[in-house]
Amino acid sequence: MTGRPADGPPGGAGAPAAPSAPAGARDGLALWRRMLLVRRFEETCAELYAAGRIRGFLHLYVGEEAVAAGAMAALGPEDAVVATYREHAHALCRGMPAWSLMAEMLGMAEGCSRGRGGSMHLFDPSRRFYGGNAIVAAGLPTAVGVALADRMRGRRAVTACFFGDGAVAEGAWHESLNLAALWRLPVLFLCENNRYAMGTEITRALAEPRVARLAARYGMPAEAVDGMDVEAVADAAGAAAARVRDGAGPALLELETYRFRAHSMYDAERYRSKAEVARWRRRDPLTVQGDRLRAAGALDDDAAAEAERRVAEEIAAAVAIASAGTPEPVEDLLRFVHAEEAL
Amino acid sequence: MSAAAPATYREAVREAIREALRRDDRVFLMGEDVGRYGGSYAVSAGLLEEFGEERVRDTPLSELTFVGAGIGAALAGMRPIVEVMTINFSLLALDQVVNTAAAMRHMSGGRLGVPLVIRMATGGGRQVAAQHSHSLEAWYAHVPGLRVLAPATIEDARGMLWPALADPDPVVIVEHAGLYNLRGELPPGPAPVDIASAAVRRPGRDVTLVAHGGTVAVAAEAAGRLAAEGVEAEVLDLRVLRPLDRPAILASARRTRRVVVVDEGWRTCGLSAEVAAHVAEEAFYELEAPVARVCGAEVPMPYAGHLERAAMPQADDVVAAVRGLVGGA
Ligand SMILES: Cc1ncc(C[n+]2csc(CCOP(=O)(O)OP(=O)(O)O)c2C)c(N)n1
Repeated sequence: MTGRPADGPPGGAGAPAAPSAPAGARDGLALWRRMLLVRRFEETCAELYAAGRIRGFLHLYVGEEAVAAGAMAALGPEDAVVATYREHAHALCRGMPAWSLMAEMLGMAEGCSRGRGGSMHLFDPSRRFYGGNAIVAAGLPTAVGVALADRMRGRRAVTACFFGDGAVAEGAWHESLNLAALWRLPVLFLCENNRYAMGTEITRALAEPRVARLAARYGMPAEAVDGMDVEAVADAAGAAAARVRDGAGPALLELETYRFRAHSMYDAERYRSKAEVARWRRRDPLTVQGDRLRAAGALDDDAAAEAERRVAEEIAAAVAIASAGTPEPVEDLLRFVHAEEAL
Repeated sequence: MSAAAPATYREAVREAIREALRRDDRVFLMGEDVGRYGGSYAVSAGLLEEFGEERVRDTPLSELTFVGAGIGAALAGMRPIVEVMTINFSLLALDQVVNTAAAMRHMSGGRLGVPLVIRMATGGGRQVAAQHSHSLEAWYAHVPGLRVLAPATIEDARGMLWPALADPDPVVIVEHAGLYNLRGELPPGPAPVDIASAAVRRPGRDVTLVAHGGTVAVAAEAAGRLAAEGVEAEVLDLRVLRPLDRPAILASARRTRRVVVVDEGWRTCGLSAEVAAHVAEEAFYELEAPVARVCGAEVPMPYAGHLERAAMPQADDVVAAVRGLVGGA
């Protein structure tokens, strides 16, 4: 049986040394660097998409980086993560190597899902990263179950469950909040409220568009947070995760954010104005945090240039490793439908 | 060890769950009314008292989410048994079963599997009309990544659960509601059965009756009547609806050279279509007659008793189908 891809980069191509450990909890510079990595990684994805090397659906997170970077900083290795299809940031911030994501998007055997998943289905059991679900709201029940198992096994862990505002209209969302609250399970629900589900603005989808208020009705602490400010997200997530970990039951954070780019590479963006996008771009989370660090003397032009250089190196290495990857042999098409040692 | 004891199919399933709960502390049962109420078909009666609320877990009416929570719990190291009252209601959870549980292994390139067991009742015969009677197991049998079991005997009802729990991938167990009162002998002690093969329930040389779940008894009754006419029918119980035991189907078809598929599900695009097509593809020149099918009528299940009977395969229909084949020989 062929093993799963190891964490070390596959042979040959020079990989950066341990670039992807989770960010330190309240290290503002680390948070900014993490967002920078995500931003540049996704810009590279867009280029590779334009070049025809990445295909399928590609959902970029540009503008929303503070959410994944801030929330993930509140988690430890014992915690679990359930993400959506817009998940490159979650995977990177959880510490998955950039090359394993890139190889996946190029459809290579070295990819984290051996080329079976693509952009929307990234997984890493060694980091308790239960990925990548492209059915809107379908990850919420998984998160409830992971938290249930953790509690039944006596593990002191939080399951962080990311989803968009679009998920809030699904029955699965309501059922899952109800069940998690009823059973007081350790789930941290993280709503990435970027105001749009594809082209449907939240006010045209939800009778009660204040997601935190809806969640509060299920009997859990719920709070709306500035999702463009990575430190605000990290603070709120840190406090909420600590309570959840201590057995207080589930909590929800509604992270108010915005995606600067189209929903996916197919989206002509007819549903919103350029002025609206421009307005939100003035609150770019990288700039917000960068300015804060500069004001505090924690970042200057040299340090910023150095950070850019390191990130560029890491991404170039990821692309090189992925490009040198091996396509899964077609003879293996029918593998991984059942466990290979199964009956 | 005591000798085999008389038991019902219901008790056999309960015994299997009890054994699993005792043997492995990762196992728990979850579903609507499995605890205090004792299970909507009284399968889990008494288990709450024995194992407590942590492990015999009543859920709200949230099929999608408690089946999905079973997926999450399985991913995180538990071995959940999720009961969905009936296969009709399981459609509310179909997304989780098809899009997540069954797909996880493949779309993660083998890195994550979902060792989950989902049990549900299926089938008609109790005059509970269209929304409580359908035989939709073919829908699950359609899906790569699932194993689908249909215990038709007391021994299978008892023996299939443990190997299903040991399977690293999701298993759907479909129990025909008409079987819960079936009586038989339950051998003492856990006796796991193989969950890969079909079983010949009655050997015969003239015709093969392929059946599963509730139609095994129908086929057996037909075979008894045919024997009185001098026609020896073999009854093949599929037992495993996915992956189908194709060699067993072909071996029997080659032995008897005539095949009648008996399926309570609908004929169009159903399990009977798959079995018939497979036999035609692989054993066409060895057949004495075209494959015949006795299936559920293509209507939502009616309430009135006489209409319901007419909509479900009966032994008479099977006997008539066999006569058609044998007469034509
Ligand atoms: C159940 C389901 N319905 C429809 C879709 C198609 N779809 C993909 S993304 C999307 C919008 C989801 O918006 P949201 O949950 O707010 O997340 P965002 O894309 O903003 O991150 C839709 C409708 C889907 N993937 N799943």
